[in-house]
Amino acid sequence: MSSTTSFDHPTNAKKFNQDQARTHWHDSALWFIREKRDRMAKSLPEWETLRECASQIKAHTISKLADYLEEFEKNAKARGATVHWAKDADEHNRIVLEILRKHEAERIVKSKSMLTEECHLNPFLEQNGIEVVDTDLGERIVQLRQEGPSHIVMPAIHLKKEDVSDTFHEHLHTEAGNCNPDYLTESARQHLRNKFMQADVGITGVNFALADTGGIVVCTNEGNADLGVSLPNVHIACMGIEKLIPSVDHLSIFLRLLARSATGQPITTYSSHFHGPREGGELHIILVDNGRSNLMNSDDYRNSLKCIRCGACMNTCPVYRRSGGHSYAATVPGPIGSILNPLRDAKHHKSLPFACTLCGSCSDVCPVQINLHEQLLTLRTEVKNQNQLPISKTMPMRITSWVFQRPKLYAWLGSVGKFFLRNLPRFMIYNALNPWGKNREMPEAPAESFRQQYAKRAKKNKPQ
Amino acid sequence: MSSKEQILKAVRNQLVPSVDLPSLQQDWIQYDDAVSHFGDVLAAVGGTAVVVEGVDGLAEALNDLPVYVEAKKTVSCIDGLMGNVDLDRVDDPHTLEDVDFAVLPGEFAVAENGAVWVTDAAIRHRVALFIPQHVGLVLHCPSGQVEDVIVNNLAEAYQKLSWQANQFGCFVSGPSKTADIEQSLVIGAHGARSLHVFFVL
Repeated sequence: MSSTTSFDHPTNAKKFNQDQARTHWHDSALWFIREKRDRMAKSLPEWETLRECASQIKAHTISKLADYLEEFEKNAKARGATVHWAKDADEHNRIVLEILRKHEAERIVKSKSMLTEECHLNPFLEQNGIEVVDTDLGERIVQLRQEGPSHIVMPAIHLKKEDVSDTFHEHLHTEAGNCNPDYLTESARQHLRNKFMQADVGITGVNFALADTGGIVVCTNEGNADLGVSLPNVHIACMGIEKLIPSVDHLSIFLRLLARSATGQPITTYSSHFHGPREGGELHIILVDNGRSNLMNSDDYRNSLKCIRCGACMNTCPVYRRSGGHSYAATVPGPIGSILNPLRDAKHHKSLPFACTLCGSCSDVCPVQINLHEQLLTLRTEVKNQNQLPISKTMPMRITSWVFQRPKLYAWLGSVGKFFLRNLPRFMIYNALNPWGKNREMPEAPAESFRQQYAKRAKKNKPQ
Repeated sequence: MSSKEQILKAVRNQLVPSVDLPSLQQDWIQYDDAVSHFGDVLAAVGGTAVVVEGVDGLAEALNDLPVYVEAKKTVSCIDGLMGNVDLDRVDDPHTLEDVDFAVLPGEFAVAENGAVWVTDAAIRHRVALFIPQHVGLVLHCPSGQVEDVIVNNLAEAYQKLSWQANQFGCFVSGPSKTADIEQSLVIGAHGARSLHVFFVL
């Protein structure tokens, strides 16, 4: 399965669905994590209070973001960190390269950062002759396969152990056909230890930045971020400006929610707090906008800036689970990605808001109470108003609207429809003209329409 | 205009309704037996916890661990317990690559998530927490009560913390792990393959 290049979600999802067994496996793997999340949420009676607090803290921070960014910069500098500002991906990449050049760095270890994925940092650095190694196991697997991550927390969730075994056999010369996860993880451990030892600079993302202390927090289970930045002298931390929270004390809220929502763990194995560089070392923090400030003005979409990238909305989404992360053709897939990507590039990502059943499950599990499904519905209107909808969607809508305005015609068409549904041979119902019938059965035609039932009942209840 | 000014201008010139911060003083979870809850959660994430009497008890408990007995290169930052590598004499952290076991001080433990708070205040090279094959964290209980070094939840934990410049602090909850290959949990990804917590009375 290679990375998909097309931006059209249904086309990409169809490709993923060709392997039915794999689709079912993917679906149940993610649902398993969703169930673990539920157990964790239920282990804390204050779960809803935590969500409420987290949501308010984020809303508050966004309302005063400029002040908090300045406070953060001042405090981070006072602790000896260097703070950079990048308005877009290009500037972010240039800043990173400049720091690397200054230190004549040739080998970089990176721990999972969706922001650097978003900025396409890896290909940029490689073009400039620098080796970048992703050190999160899942990230390393997809990097060796020259794919993007298909999930923001579990980048290789779409792969089976046989795929990983083949990839490692090819690149790390592991035993052919040995699919034991322990063996494969051990091989990656040895391979990556070498990379950690050779690295000139470590790059990490940032889970939370703290305005009142100027510190940053990075959470991993593998300890890769920590190994990556505690051997070399230079640590570059790349963060979106929305990662800020006002106070270090607020971490108690977010760290209680993050891992429970993400993977169903009580907390990540390592939650590392950096306050300035270590002695003799350098800490560079890059604050990146890259379109985030555009979201602030909109009452409809501002909430999406609250996202802490836990991935819970993906794990629960019935569409994501059955279409795979790559079908979204974006760094951030799933429900939150279906909001963020079209807002950044409506033309390319216009199919994403329609890859949603509006079931609302994403909004129910979101630890910061983002109203994801409502935003997706609003986005659909916007796509339509921008005349970005294909005629296959607009035409039926217009016809349906015309029919709905004529109740008698609607009633008559209903009876015609029921007749055809009962009596036509399958090939006349399930064909290319009926996309709804792909991979699913049409409903059974009821014996009586609602209209008929209503009329009958009204007659029976009529006072004698 | 610099990028900083541009970003701040873009962020400031917006009509965002103001929202108050919530109170952090809430009825956060308390445990009847925080010590056993900590032990249960730590076990569930792959770590172990034992209570020992003094440094002698610590040495004894360590000697019960095959990975400690078999360790060739050891680090200890605990008074009264010797390792064979002196962190203070190591200038380049890369030389710690082949440390088998490190015994390091923790400050306190959190019952709700099985985490121990560790800083680099007494650990010259913070990589000593991540690069050894196995790690032991030692929590001294000054008044002889394990309860003294356990808080119920993270809200209580953050009330105990203060932030010095250059200081690194980490909540460590169990050994390094990954489930990136078909969701099979594998202990020992990049960091410690096992994590042992010792409450020293």
